[in-house]
Amino acid sequence: MTSGTESTAGNGFNLFALLLLLLLAIIPPALYLTGNPFWLDVFTRLVILALAATSLNLILGYGGLVSFGHAAYLGLGAYAVGVPVYHATYGGMDIIASYNGWLHVLLAIGVSALFALITGAICLRTRGVNFIMITMAFGQMVFYAIVSIETYGGDDGLTIDLRSEFPLISLDNPLTLYGLCYVSLLAAMFLIHRITGSRFGMVLRGARANEQRMRAIGVDCYRYRLVAFVISGALCGYAGFLLGNFTTFISPEMMDWTRSGELMFIVILGGAAYLYGPIVGAIVFIILEEVLSGYTVYWHLPFGLLLIFSVLFLRGGLSGALDSLIGRRS
Amino acid sequence: MESSILLIQLLNGLQLGVLLFLLSAGLTLTFGIMDFVNLAHGSLYMLGAFFCASLTLFTGSFVLAVLIALPLAALAGWLLEWLVVRHLYERDHLDHVLATFGLILCLDTLVHLAWGPSGIAIPLPAWLNGQVELGSGVTFPSYRLLIIGTGLIAAAGLYWLVNHTRLGMLIRAGASNRTMVGALGVDIKTLFTGVFAIGAMLAGLAGMLIAPITEASIGMGNDIIITAFVVIIVGGIGSMKGAFVAAILIGMIDTMGRSFLDDLFKLLMSTEAAETAAPAVSAMLVYIMMAIILAIRPQGLFPPKTR
Repeated sequence: MTSGTESTAGNGFNLFALLLLLLLAIIPPALYLTGNPFWLDVFTRLVILALAATSLNLILGYGGLVSFGHAAYLGLGAYAVGVPVYHATYGGMDIIASYNGWLHVLLAIGVSALFALITGAICLRTRGVNFIMITMAFGQMVFYAIVSIETYGGDDGLTIDLRSEFPLISLDNPLTLYGLCYVSLLAAMFLIHRITGSRFGMVLRGARANEQRMRAIGVDCYRYRLVAFVISGALCGYAGFLLGNFTTFISPEMMDWTRSGELMFIVILGGAAYLYGPIVGAIVFIILEEVLSGYTVYWHLPFGLLLIFSVLFLRGGLSGALDSLIGRRS
Repeated sequence: MESSILLIQLLNGLQLGVLLFLLSAGLTLTFGIMDFVNLAHGSLYMLGAFFCASLTLFTGSFVLAVLIALPLAALAGWLLEWLVVRHLYERDHLDHVLATFGLILCLDTLVHLAWGPSGIAIPLPAWLNGQVELGSGVTFPSYRLLIIGTGLIAAAGLYWLVNHTRLGMLIRAGASNRTMVGALGVDIKTLFTGVFAIGAMLAGLAGMLIAPITEASIGMGNDIIITAFVVIIVGGIGSMKGAFVAAILIGMIDTMGRSFLDDLFKLLMSTEAAETAAPAVSAMLVYIMMAIILAIRPQGLFPPKTR
């Protein structure tokens, strides 16, 4: 599905995206203030998922690199909150033991970037289906590594006793937390927008469209891809930092490979290589999950059917479908 | 004493390797000939286990259950190919991955609907449930020996099928040039379906063999499928020989790592540090090996020449 429509969407759709972001800014706080804290939680999760999917979109949508291990970065970011807090509470590991939020952010981004650099350097040497499976395998490696570390709860997970501490703001306030997630999403979208518009982004998209031609004009695609892979991993790690602060409970289950599949689903369903595709995808995903799982415990069945259906019949994702609809009308 | 533990662990490693081979054989066949990535292969492994569990409880005989469940697993594979998979051959790998991921969700839920949320244990007949004396006081569960034997026979059968039969010739020809085989008048669609069903049967067999040890449970295929992927990546995607060598290698390394790594670490560091580090490292050992092999040979150990 990566081949197909080019990434620049029509102006009419940009308006739609703006409306979407505006609604995300207004509705959740309004719901919270009118006594529906549950829905603020749902929206916070939505925004975090959209942020993680945005990071994946950089390499999957624009770069054509199908990474099937992105949930690992979410997990690494979340454990970058959980582990320092654990040690600050129960002692040990004095170097990282701290409640300081800045340290958590730095750790989440740093560890994720490092992991992306090491695994990316190996993964990017391979093509196509090998790349998919190897990213998947490395993601699963992190999963099993965390499962086997008894100190941090292993399989059972770890409760984060205190959220990251920042000066002036308190993440214990759900509204503040939502605000932070929302602003982070905006910043990430701006970052991706700037990246994809730059020369670097052009090279990345060129490498996806025709690697041979890029090489012929003297571009070393490998290095560009690696940098994009690291940026994407770091951004997803940051999303993990937010997720850890949101759930205050972290377990290896959040980095299981099926989670990576869900992230891919969000990107593809929303529309790969559309800046707001991940938001559309995350909205649909959350609606499906909330509505279907409230209706039946077997909600994975219609969810899976929809996934198969959208692959078979809905090429270019929802954004692509909407785009061609608008394009046809004008 | 030490050498007897080593022997037992070698056999355990071989048993895991044989199971991994049964799973990876189908994966590498479908990829080699059809260029198709099937995440839902693990679900066929799970289906095999559940078919076998129900049939064992119904017929009262484990062996009979396996014999009936084998064609059922092949039938399930045939059905999947016919319903979903054959519409995806023309698409790219990303579509394969997403659609088969959807299949996993569907199949897991369908099993949940049909058999309920909890796992099913399979009782073994008494003649399989004993220990075998391997000389000098070393005993080994006879059922695990049976798994090794069955797996090796299946591997030999597959070797014979691929290299010494007309069907195998078509499979090999299809792997190297699909269009040409089609142009020569072979019904390539039926061939694909047949290969997919054979792969499904092998995966199902692996599930049936492991089920008496672990019990049949939902999602049992989702963990082992990743290791099977590692196997075919390390072996070289599309290579049957590579899959066999890599499966045994990974089975051994995983088992040896889990049993001996903490002793090894204790020689190098404090006992306390070793007990923390060893489980984590042994869990990652297979992936670290994959990384090393790929860093040296990005195409795997035995890449097929035609690809």
